[in-house]
Amino acid sequence: MAAEQSLQAPATPSGDTRIHNIGYRSYDGPRLGRSYARMSLYSQSLRGAYGLGRSAKSKVLPMLLFVVMCVPAAIMVAVAVATKAKELPLDYTRYAIVMQAVISLYVASQAPQSVSRDLRFKTVPLYFSRPIETGDYVRAKYAALASALFVLTAAPLLVLYVGALLAELDFTDQTKGFAQGLVSVALLSLLFAGIGLVIASVTPRRGFGIAAVIAVLTISYGAVSTLQAIADVQGSGDAGILIGLFSPTTLIDGVQSAYLGASSSFPGGVGPDRTEGILFVLVTLGLIAGSHALLMRRYKKVGL
Amino acid sequence: MYDPTVARLTYRALLGRRRALILGALPLLLIVISLAVRALAGADDQTAADVLGGLALATMVPIIGVIAGTGAIGPEIDDGSVVYLLSKPIKRPTIIYTKLIVAIAVTMVFSAVPTLIAGFILNGNGQQVAVAYTVAALVASIAYAALFLLLGTVSRHAVVFGLVYALIWEALFGSLVPGARTLSVQQWSLAVAEKVAGGELVTSDVGLTTATVALAAVTVLATWYAGQKLRTLTLAGEE
Repeated sequence: MAAEQSLQAPATPSGDTRIHNIGYRSYDGPRLGRSYARMSLYSQSLRGAYGLGRSAKSKVLPMLLFVVMCVPAAIMVAVAVATKAKELPLDYTRYAIVMQAVISLYVASQAPQSVSRDLRFKTVPLYFSRPIETGDYVRAKYAALASALFVLTAAPLLVLYVGALLAELDFTDQTKGFAQGLVSVALLSLLFAGIGLVIASVTPRRGFGIAAVIAVLTISYGAVSTLQAIADVQGSGDAGILIGLFSPTTLIDGVQSAYLGASSSFPGGVGPDRTEGILFVLVTLGLIAGSHALLMRRYKKVGL
Repeated sequence: MYDPTVARLTYRALLGRRRALILGALPLLLIVISLAVRALAGADDQTAADVLGGLALATMVPIIGVIAGTGAIGPEIDDGSVVYLLSKPIKRPTIIYTKLIVAIAVTMVFSAVPTLIAGFILNGNGQQVAVAYTVAALVASIAYAALFLLLGTVSRHAVVFGLVYALIWEALFGSLVPGARTLSVQQWSLAVAEKVAGGELVTSDVGLTTATVALAAVTVLATWYAGQKLRTLTLAGEE
């Protein structure tokens, strides 16, 4: 009862209130500003994509996938050195296509961890209370995931390249192949990161985001490969090539077999020619730009 | 052993809102693809077997199994609301058993039924292909649901590990290393399908006896262990 009374009647009578100066000072040091905040968000997201700065448990999967990506490259180099082969068993450009299941899994596991948790714990409004704006957040997250993917896909190529040089394969040939491979995985990283983030940003549930991303990437690839194989058997090769536009992996495959001198993994080994290749490049760039635009639209409303 | 209230809540968690959309989109895609294939290639038994084996059984059934199996318990453990369920006077194994039944039912409905429809679209059940793959999908549903339900109670990253198993182990290693095929739900269910079809179209690397024993063992052990796991569940915060 006593406590209640003291609440109702404040100890100090009105008119006698005063504000004590307890020594707060305003900050007059340098302001690092928007670009610094954007850089921090980028580097934190990039580190987070490999579990750095997070718990040991969350390092397991990205590191495991990274090792799984690199080990076949190391084995190929070892085989090439041991058998004194004239060229590597697998082209630089083909490597990512063969390992697409691992890449898809990486995107599926890391895209939701990058954006879904911000949504779930409602930290997005906190970001936007800082100097950064929608575009900064979207670009930082997009760039971080794309860079993480580039590291994942370019590292095995580097292993192959260094191994090939150590095995004293032809320098010009290998450098050209390596450069083409890098361009192709850069495109692939941008495309996969965009698709992954768009899907993941819709749901605050991490598990659900993972399943949705993997479903889109794998099912589309499975469906397109099946249809292509059938179109090839039926002898309608052109239709088969155009079906390749409908899955991210075959899209990259089409671009690189048209312009980057890759041998296509389309059935029959016939990829799009240069004119059809324009379509593949346009759709790829369109998807990248489109996913960026969708992300911008998604984060326009801060309240979410 | 079966608790209707828990079952109702699990159905709502699995089929509520957007989750039902993705569950429904996959079978729809399979049927659309079958229609396209039928239009492109006509009725052909080999093509039908390829589509059903490669797309339906190898990709769709595991993904639906992962969504339904882990979705039946994972989110509840994740957001901590499972304590309200655990504090009720219901045996933990009963909870697992009920959730398993629901997960199996959902996986079957969303994977086996579309497989049957797709099979009939593709070649009108010629050489029993449609029925064989439907049986395989039904059998695989049970094992996948039990396996992924267990994963849901063991790990917070159940979806990823489930997908790693389904896509890396069964699809990638299974196609490269023959030994990996003997430890694969997909091959076990194919062994059952082989018995049904009886032709050369559906083949498995595993014998029927081995497959049946393995399927039963995996289902029973996974369910039992999930029940044990739920009895000693510790709730952890977000990482």
